[in-house]
Amino acid sequence: MTEKKKERVDIHAYLAEFEDIPGTRVFTAQRARKGYWLNQFAMSLMKEENRQRFKADNAAYLEDWNLTDAQKQAVLARDYNAMIDEGGNVYFLSKLFSADGLSFQTAAGSMTGMTKEEYAQMMIDGGRSPEGVRSKKGGY
Amino acid sequence: MARVTTGITSSHIPALGAAIQTGTKGNEYWGPVFNGYQPIMDWIYADDNMPDVIVLVYNDHATAFDMNVIPTFSIGCAEKFEPADEGWGPRPVPDVIGHPDLAWHIAQSLILDDFDMCIFNDMKVDHGCTVPLSMVFGEPDKWPCKVIPFPVNVVTYPPPSGARCFALGDSIRAAVESFPEDLNVHVWGTGGMSHQLQGPRAGLINKEFDLNFIDQLIKDPETLSKMPHIEYLRESGSEGIELVMWLIMRGALGDKVKDLYTFYHIPASNTALGALILQPEDTAKEPLDPRVVHSGHSLEAV
Repeated sequence: MTEKKKERVDIHAYLAEFEDIPGTRVFTAQRARKGYWLNQFAMSLMKEENRQRFKADNAAYLEDWNLTDAQKQAVLARDYNAMIDEGGNVYFLSKLFSADGLSFQTAAGSMTGMTKEEYAQMMIDGGRSPEGVRSKKGGY
Repeated sequence: MARVTTGITSSHIPALGAAIQTGTKGNEYWGPVFNGYQPIMDWIYADDNMPDVIVLVYNDHATAFDMNVIPTFSIGCAEKFEPADEGWGPRPVPDVIGHPDLAWHIAQSLILDDFDMCIFNDMKVDHGCTVPLSMVFGEPDKWPCKVIPFPVNVVTYPPPSGARCFALGDSIRAAVESFPEDLNVHVWGTGGMSHQLQGPRAGLINKEFDLNFIDQLIKDPETLSKMPHIEYLRESGSEGIELVMWLIMRGALGDKVKDLYTFYHIPASNTALGALILQPEDTAKEPLDPRVVHSGHSLEAV
């Protein structure tokens, strides 16, 4: 008989809570599985030879990566919100925007509906307040 | 015997590395950040403060580990670790030189202490590991001490709990203290503070949360360690979860600490930045003067 286990976390409740955060997609196993090839494609851009091939012909390069049409479209459009909807994770996708010569701030800002300048100014002004964007249900 | 003398926390954002590389660290935007780090650099190069080894806790940002391997806690046991190419070429910084004897000793000790570690040898280190070194040591030809990279998964959910991280820090300390060589060991916790890099909520900063986190980290880390992930996410943004790694550093310092230096700044690119020097109270040195520096938006100069 083993020692009694401490109180366990309910994985379903744990995961469900993440969906209550406005404007946020937490990189859960479900998203990680959906985005597996999208993220692995992004990782491939850590090699200079791959970046060169990708830059020469984006669409042709993507054919090697077992992506869905929605994932391909999101990459070609550099639509980072759509890529995250398709299971992408920002740290993987950073290889894509870095290969494009863009910073984390430009990429993050592109997901907010603000211009690059507006987003940069918001950060200088103290960033986005958590007021009202902590919980969908709670509205606080 | 070896002992953990100091804990340091630091941001590890890539934009800091870029500011060094492009020679913009003195400009209006980055100047206050580098000014805030200067006392840490002055301190660590002074007297006998230079560590022999740093156990550097950070998260690999989908660099050494892709979707194929997702270790929760891992430790680099090799002789050296090269800077990774993260999409714009490797950072032009020295190789990280490891300490295989101590690293393997810690790895073995942690496993016997019920932390089932993942051991890595062939591993490139990303900005999470090298940017804190640049911020604290500047731009030397080689890093002035050995570094044991200690990556923690905070990317694919679930990351480890705060309580688990805190307990891990305590085990790291015990492991270090059972190493026979006389070594000054630092444990650094990197990442944070509040930030979100994705979606319509990107750009979130929560000054009240961050300052309270620093306060509790110093005074009551055990209570802080019980904070659930959802609270980090709601309050400090999706990438604010990196702060669980600070609890590993704090756990390695024992019950009571003295805060020698606290620097907090808004913004550094997308993030709020916190950099601290803490020491176990019974062996702590004098605090720096000034002891607390706040700079940036809506932060009074202290």
